[in-house]
Amino acid sequence: MASGGQTDTETQETYVVIGAGHGAGQAAVTLRAKGFQGRIILIGEESYAPYQRPALSKAFLSGDLALERLYFKPPEYYAKNDIDLILDTVVTRLDREKKTIALSDGRVIGYDKALLATGSRVRKIPLPGVDLPGVFYLRTIADVEGIRASCAKGAKIVIVGGGYIGLEVAASTRKLGLDVTVLETESRVMARAVGKPVSDFFEALHAEEGVTIKTGQAVKALEGKSKLERVVCADGSVWQADIAVIGVGIVPNQELAEEAGLPVDNGIVVDAACRTTDPSVFAAGDCTNHPNDIFERRLRLESVHNALEQAKTAAAAMCGIVNDYNQVPWFWSDQYNVKLQIAGLSQGYDQIVLRGDPSQRKFAAFYLKQGMLIAVDAINAVPEYMASRKLIAAHARIAPERLADMSIPMKSMIE
Amino acid sequence: MAKITYIEFDGARHEVDVSTGLNVMEGAVKNLIPGIDADCGGACACATCHVYVDPDWVEKTGKPSEMELSMLDFAEDLQKTSRLSCQIEVDDSLDGLIVRLPETQG
Ligand SMILES: Cc1cc2nc3c(=O)[nH]c(=O)nc-3n(C[C@H](O)[C@H](O)[C@H](O)COP(=O)(O)OP(=O)(O)OC[C@H]3O[C@@H](n4cnc5c(N)ncnc54)[C@H](O)[C@@H]3O)c2cc1C
Ligand code: FES
Repeated sequence: MASGGQTDTETQETYVVIGAGHGAGQAAVTLRAKGFQGRIILIGEESYAPYQRPALSKAFLSGDLALERLYFKPPEYYAKNDIDLILDTVVTRLDREKKTIALSDGRVIGYDKALLATGSRVRKIPLPGVDLPGVFYLRTIADVEGIRASCAKGAKIVIVGGGYIGLEVAASTRKLGLDVTVLETESRVMARAVGKPVSDFFEALHAEEGVTIKTGQAVKALEGKSKLERVVCADGSVWQADIAVIGVGIVPNQELAEEAGLPVDNGIVVDAACRTTDPSVFAAGDCTNHPNDIFERRLRLESVHNALEQAKTAAAAMCGIVNDYNQVPWFWSDQYNVKLQIAGLSQGYDQIVLRGDPSQRKFAAFYLKQGMLIAVDAINAVPEYMASRKLIAAHARIAPERLADMSIPMKSMIE
Repeated sequence: MAKITYIEFDGARHEVDVSTGLNVMEGAVKNLIPGIDADCGGACACATCHVYVDPDWVEKTGKPSEMELSMLDFAEDLQKTSRLSCQIEVDDSLDGLIVRLPETQG
C-alpha cells in the first residue's frame, strides 16, 4: 500500500514471485504481513489467481464445489494489497547476474529478490496414443474442466495409476455415475504413500463402491480412431474406455533454477530457511529439495502444508527474518466417506502396528523404526492422526501394545 | 445470506455479509479477515479454522460431527463453544451470527 509518498517505482525494491500457485499466494500474503512495502509481482502460467489444488480431484471434479471456492484469496485481494498479478505468462529465464527475469510476452523485469514457487508438473508417459482426444492428465482447473466435459453418466473411464490422485478421481467419477477402472503397475495401490494394510483397505473400499482395480498392470498403449476407445495392457488385456486419466506422479519444475546455474537435485536445493546459494534467490513448495531435522534427511514434498509453510519461511527470509522450517509433514486424501490423514514419513520403517478395525472403515497404521514412531496413516481416525503429529515430532517411543490398545486414549499418550 | 460478525483476538470487529452455501471459514477468507488460516481449504483436515461461537448461537450453528470434535480435542485453547468454522454452513438462519477468533491457529 503506497503511503508516505512512496510512489517512485524506480527506487522501490521489487520482489518477484515466479509461479502463481498455492505457495506463491501465501508468499505474497506473508511479504505484506511482514511489512514489505516495495513492489510484489507474481507471474503465473495459468489463467487463474492462486488457487487450491486439493479439491480438483475431489469435490471440484464431482461438481460439488464451484470454481470461485477454489481461490486461495479472493482475486481482488492482490490489487487491494498492491500486488501485481501477471497471469497467462511464463517466466522463460532467470538471469542472476543482471537480476532480471524474462517473460514469454517479451518483457524483462528487474528484481531485487526472486522467489521460485514453480511447483511441479505431471509426469508424462510416452505411450502410443496419449495424444488422442479423451486422454487427460490432472493438475489444473483447465484439466478438470476438460475431464468433466467428457464425464457423461455411464461413460467408461480408465484411470492409469493408482496413486492417491488416481483413486480420488475414481471416487469422484464413480459419484458422477461413471463405469470406473483403475490400472496400477505396482502390486498394490498408493504403494509410494502408504503401507500394505492401508493399500489393502483402499482396494477393498473401491471394490465395494463398484470400481474395478487391477494391480500389476502395465499399460502399453491407448488406442482409438479419432478419439480414445480402449486401453491396452502389456499382458494383452484390453479395457474399453471413453476417457482415460493418467496420474503417474509429478516432476518438480526446477529447470529455470538449473539453467540459471543454481544447484538442483530432485528439486531446487534450498536450506531450512528456503534460501538457495544465491542470496537474492529463494524457493518454496513442490519445486524444492530441503533439509528436515526431524527426519535427518533431505526431502522433496508434494503437499499443501509444505507449500504454505515454506512460502511463509521464504517470505520471512526475504524480509531478513531467518526461521528454520522443520515440521512433521502432513497430508490428507478424501475418497467416498473416508478421510485418510497421513503424518510423518514411513520410509525405512521396520514395524507396522494397527489400531482399530479396517472393516469399520476406521483404523490407523503406525510406522515404527527401531521403536520410534515415524509415521501414521489414519483412516477416519482423527485422534490417532493428531496425537501422532506431536509424537513424531518428539521422536516418541511408545510400546506397540499400547499403540494398538483402543482402551488407551491417544490423548493420554502425548501427556 | 447472513450478516456475520467476526471478532479478532485483539477485539477488532468485522461485520460482513456471507452468501448462503459458503461456510463461516470462507466468509472470513473472502473478506480478508485475519486470524483464520484454513490450511486445508475446508476439508476438516487441519484444524486451523478454529472459532468460538457466541453462546447465543450455539444451537443455531448445529452439532459438530464426530470427526470435527476429535480434531477440536487437539486444538489449542479449546472452549465449550469451539468449532471448526469450515464445518458451519451459512444460510439465512445464521443472520446475526457472532464468532470470536482464538489467539493462534493450529
Ligand atoms: C489433483 C491434486 C490433488 C491434490 N490433493 C492434495 C491434498 O489433498 N492434500 C495436499 O496436501 N496436497 C494435495 N495436492 C498437492 C498440492 O496441491 C501441491 O503440493 C501444492 O499445490 C504445491 O504448491 P506450489 O505452490 O508449490 O505449486 P503449484 O500449486 O503447482 O503452483 C505452481 C504454479 O507455478 C506455475 N509455473 C511453473 N513454472 C512457471 C514459470 N516458469 N512461469 C510462470 N509460472 C510457472 C505453474 O503453472 C503453477 O500454476 C494435490 C495436487 C493435485 C494436482
Ligand atoms: S479449514 Fe482445515 S479444518 Fe477447517
